[in-house]
Amino acid sequence: MITYLEAIREAQARALADDPRVYIYGQDVGAFGGAFKATKGLAKEYPGRVIDAPISEDAMIGSAIGAALEGMRPIIEVQFADFSTVGFNQVVNQAATLHWRTNIPCPITVRLPSGGTSGAGPFHSQSMEALYAHYPGLIVMTPATVEDAYSMLLEAVAIDDPVIFCEHKYLYYHLKADALPTEATPTGKARIARAGRDATIVTYSAMVHEAIACADELATEGWEIEVIDLRSVKPLDTDTVLASVARTGRLLAVGEAWPWGGVTAEIVARVATDGFGLLDVPPMRLNAKDTPVPFHPNLWGTHRPTARSIAAKLRDLLRL
Amino acid sequence: MLPAIAAPPQRLDQPDPLDHSFAQTYIRAYRWMLLARLTEEKLANLYRGGKVQGGVFLGKGQEAVSVAVGISLRRGDVFAPLIRDQAGRFAFGESILDCTRTYLGSRLGPMRGRDGNVHRGRPDEGMLPMISHLGAMIPVVAGTLLARKFRGQFGTVGATCIGDGGTSTGAFHEALNLAAVERLPLVVVVANNQYAYSTPNDRQFACRDLVDKAVGYGIEGHSVDGTSLADCLEVLGRAVDQARGGGGPQLVVASLLRLVGHGEHDDASYIDPALRNSSLGLDCLTLAEQHIVDSDWADGAALAAWKEDAQQQVEEAVATTTREPAPDPNEEDWCALASRHLRDGFVTE
Repeated sequence: MITYLEAIREAQARALADDPRVYIYGQDVGAFGGAFKATKGLAKEYPGRVIDAPISEDAMIGSAIGAALEGMRPIIEVQFADFSTVGFNQVVNQAATLHWRTNIPCPITVRLPSGGTSGAGPFHSQSMEALYAHYPGLIVMTPATVEDAYSMLLEAVAIDDPVIFCEHKYLYYHLKADALPTEATPTGKARIARAGRDATIVTYSAMVHEAIACADELATEGWEIEVIDLRSVKPLDTDTVLASVARTGRLLAVGEAWPWGGVTAEIVARVATDGFGLLDVPPMRLNAKDTPVPFHPNLWGTHRPTARSIAAKLRDLLRL
Repeated sequence: MLPAIAAPPQRLDQPDPLDHSFAQTYIRAYRWMLLARLTEEKLANLYRGGKVQGGVFLGKGQEAVSVAVGISLRRGDVFAPLIRDQAGRFAFGESILDCTRTYLGSRLGPMRGRDGNVHRGRPDEGMLPMISHLGAMIPVVAGTLLARKFRGQFGTVGATCIGDGGTSTGAFHEALNLAAVERLPLVVVVANNQYAYSTPNDRQFACRDLVDKAVGYGIEGHSVDGTSLADCLEVLGRAVDQARGGGGPQLVVASLLRLVGHGEHDDASYIDPALRNSSLGLDCLTLAEQHIVDSDWADGAALAAWKEDAQQQVEEAVATTTREPAPDPNEEDWCALASRHLRDGFVTE
């Protein structure tokens, strides 16, 4: 069995083995193996290529851009996605604009350990994908499976553009697969995680598993719920979403991020503008509450969507 | 055009038959400064005539320190100039057409109308295009050097310029610290022109001297009189040599005064007259010309010929550029990604 976290480690090991241009830079990623052990043993296996950085997100990401200009393929581990705000300027103003301004590509991968875990609190729990997806010039990946964590990270390193790789911390240890994948769905293509005919849940990252649990629960009541895993939020596979809504006539967009704007709003906007006639009832959204992410497990478990809250929303949608 | 100064520019690693003495280096530097000054005066005139979209940002008073950076670098080095570095850009190898095409919005320029004025460069030739966020280029230059360190490639240098205001940014601090930890051959040149836009130094920092920051990072610091070309050439030459020789990052702080507004829209009325009348307010170009005359390195006729040559280069570049096509929104490729297949295909686009 291999976990989501081990898949990320294995993908980096393979990237280092296959491509001499790859190096990993981040806080505590060297001999210590990273705060989550996503680089465990790699510094020893690949001497000089897995390097501890000072606590300087701006300089870490800025330096990756410079290294990419020199032909390298840097992987930057930001210790928690939340801290990427300190390096935000380099990502959105430097990396994201470089190719458009100069025709020179900027192939950097920025790994963001994202999303909430119990007890992590306001500054170790954030979901940043919508912020980055808003900016032109970036690819934003949000893998929900062990297989995607592995194959999409390898693809991220190979892509000639800056990739924001939002790996979910909740899935690090919870999610297991029998083996690493031998083939991969290309980025930009969503996956139907569970087929159904009565309603469509569109989601990504850890919420895919809450949505599937919800669909399993509703199946006992005779409902067949389709769950779409976006895999990447930018590019966003609108075609697969519209095709699903065409079959079900009902849409619920679910995200762990905050409700104002963001990925779920984007999904609803696209379906409303381009698939209005496909909808039998008004579309719905479910997100975290519009507060910072709370520390205490009692509060945290209610702050973000869960299989139970998704099911409640879905029952409303199905009653319409 | 005269030899030794005409494009393509000479670099110090490509021995120029004339370039065997300090006098000749000084004269080359002076002529780049002159070309920068005349280019910028032309741009200012075009701006006042409504011929420039966006702003015009001049380096008047900063040409000596700027040219000393550019002329101390070699082919293969990396240079990230800031907004007042026309002289350094020329000395490093930027063509005057890259400048006029970017300012005047020619589609044939390196930025193709997608970015303008001082936001230009050719990363594949070692000249990085600045973004507007101050300090942000320093970690990028550090990253190019980090990559070279990974590859075991030594003997090249990365240099970048910043102002007194830019030293207050987090990026300045983070990048200098990172470069010091990795002992990178990075040269950061602070043109302390006394004002960040309108904000005087006493509202910007409280240290005695900006060069003292070097001690905090564990790197070498250098002070230089930014009005003296001779001083700038000597100090920048030494700093670049030390970085190249494995001495780690170098911080160079040049004292001078900006002799123009922040941009051509700004009359700089906030500049203290006492500063204008102090030695900081002297014009480095005038002083350099005087030094050449006093040293008998050239006579009045030669100086006049250099000016005429520079003026002619400026007029030719502007004339060429104004005949060139502007970017066409209908022909523009509205895709920000290098991986076109990954562009987000919002179907109502």
